[in-house]
Amino acid sequence: MSAQPVRYDAVTVTERVHWIGALDPTMRTFDVILKTPNGTTYNAYLVRGSEGVAVIDTVKAERADQFFARLEAVADYREIKVIVLNHLEPDHSGALPELMRRAPQAKLYISDAAQLMLKALLNNNDIDYIPVTTNDSVSLGDCTLRFLNTPYLHWPDTQCTYLVEEGVLFSGDVFGCHYCDEQLFNDRVGDFRFSFEYYYAHIMRPFKSYVLSALELIEPLPVRLIAPTHGPILRDHPQHYIQRYRELSTPRLHLEMDRDIKTMIIFYISSYGNTMHMAEAIRDGAAEVGGFRISLYDLEGGEVEPFIDLVEEADAILVGSPTINGDAVKPVWDLLSSFARINVKGKVAGAFGSYGWTGEAVRMIDDRLRGLKMRVPLGGLRIKLIPGADELKDCHLFGRDIGEFLMGKPRAREIDMSQL
Amino acid sequence: MAKAKLTFADIGVTVTVPAGTRIIEVSEKVGAGIVYGCRESDCGTCLTEVVSGMENLSEASIFERTTLAEKKAGPNMRLACQTLVLGDATIKPGY
Repeated sequence: MSAQPVRYDAVTVTERVHWIGALDPTMRTFDVILKTPNGTTYNAYLVRGSEGVAVIDTVKAERADQFFARLEAVADYREIKVIVLNHLEPDHSGALPELMRRAPQAKLYISDAAQLMLKALLNNNDIDYIPVTTNDSVSLGDCTLRFLNTPYLHWPDTQCTYLVEEGVLFSGDVFGCHYCDEQLFNDRVGDFRFSFEYYYAHIMRPFKSYVLSALELIEPLPVRLIAPTHGPILRDHPQHYIQRYRELSTPRLHLEMDRDIKTMIIFYISSYGNTMHMAEAIRDGAAEVGGFRISLYDLEGGEVEPFIDLVEEADAILVGSPTINGDAVKPVWDLLSSFARINVKGKVAGAFGSYGWTGEAVRMIDDRLRGLKMRVPLGGLRIKLIPGADELKDCHLFGRDIGEFLMGKPRAREIDMSQL
Repeated sequence: MAKAKLTFADIGVTVTVPAGTRIIEVSEKVGAGIVYGCRESDCGTCLTEVVSGMENLSEASIFERTTLAEKKAGPNMRLACQTLVLGDATIKPGY
C-alpha cells in the first residue's frame, strides 16, 4: 500500500490573510547559537486585496514544498502582484528565487539596506526590486500595505509591514520565537513563554536601542494581530508582546538606581593575589576621580550570566588576568566571548594583569576589547610578578586616567605615534 | 620623514604621525570614539567627520567612495580604515 501524499493547507488568519508557511519540528539548533527543543516554523503570509495578492516573506529552501503547496491552495501565481521580504536571512528568502520564477510579474519590495544583501544572498545581480522605507506603501485595491523601517532587528535589512485595514503587523523576526506547534495561534498552542523570552535574549538583546526605536513606530499603531516569521501568530492580546519588548529593552539600572550616574566594573582573576592587588589599586585610582559607581568582581567567585547583565548597562569595563601558558585564563575568555550577546560598542574598556615571564594575556584582552568596538584609551597595564609600591602607583594612575576618560574629561595631550 | 599632526577632537588627543599613516593605525590605540567593523571599506562603521584638514588627507578610492555614497555621507566624511594622513587634520566620529 502506498503512503498517502501529505497535504499542506493554508490557514486562515483574518478575512484577507492566510498563513502559507512551513513547519520544521525536527530543527534542534538554529543559527549555531540557538537551541530549538521543539523545532520552529517559517511563517509566510498571503494577503488578498481586491486588485491583487501579496506574498509576505517566504521560507527556508528545504521547506519550500510546504510553502508552494499552501500558496497554491489559496491563490494562482498570476494573481501575485506584490512580494515583500521583511528580512533576507535564508530561512525567509530561501524560496524567493523560485517564487519569482513562478510569478515573474510580481514586484519585490525590500528595505533600503536589503539591496546589497539581496544580490549577495541570491548571487544574482539582475533581480528587480523596489526599495521602501517608513510610510511608503503599496495598494492591493481595497487594502494597503505600509512599511516600517526597523533596522537591526536583527539584521541591517529588517523591516515590518502593516496591513492598515486589518491592523495586522507582519513583524519579521520581531516578536517571533522558535516554537513549532501546528495550532499556530497563541491562544491555541502550548506554553511558549520560554521560547519567546529565549529568542529575545539571543536575537534581539544586542540591539535593544534599535528595538526601542522600532517600538516608537509600532506602539502608536492599532495593532490587532502580530504575524511574525517564527512561532505562534499573536492574535490574543498582541499588545502584551509589544509591551514585553518595551520592558525587556528598557535599561533597568537607571530605573532602579540613581539616574545619570555612570558605572565602572573591574573584573579580575588572580593566581597569587598580584592581579587582585592591581585591581584594587586601579579601583582606588578611579575612585579618586569620583562621580561614578565602581564594582570590583573576582571572576573566580561568580558566573558569566549575571556578569553579562551588569556589563550590558555599565559604562566602563576593566578586565584583569594573569598570563598562564602564554594566554589569558579561561574564565576571562568565557566572560569576553559572552560579550557578543549584548551591545558593548563604545563602552570604555581596559586590561591589566600580573605575569611571570611573557605576559601575553593583557595584549590579547586589549585586542579582544577593541575587536568588540569598545574604546580602549590606554594600552593594557602589565606588571611582572608582585607589584611593588611604584608599580601600584602606576595602577592607581591607570585607574585615574580611565576614570577621567569615562567622565569625559581626559587631559588634552600631545603624543608621538612611537609612544603608542 | 614628513610628519603630520592628527587631532582626535572627541578626546582631545593630538598624535604626531609619519605622513602616510592610516587613521585606523592610531585611533584605536588612543581610545578615540571611531569604531571599526570590516576594516576594508565595505561596512562604513568607521565613518569619520573631518573637522579640518580634508585637503591633507589621501584621495578616497572608488571602494571608499561607493561605501560613503551608500551611507549617504556628507562631503566632510571619510572612512578611517582607508584614509591616509598626509598633513595636519582634526577628526571625530561620524556617527
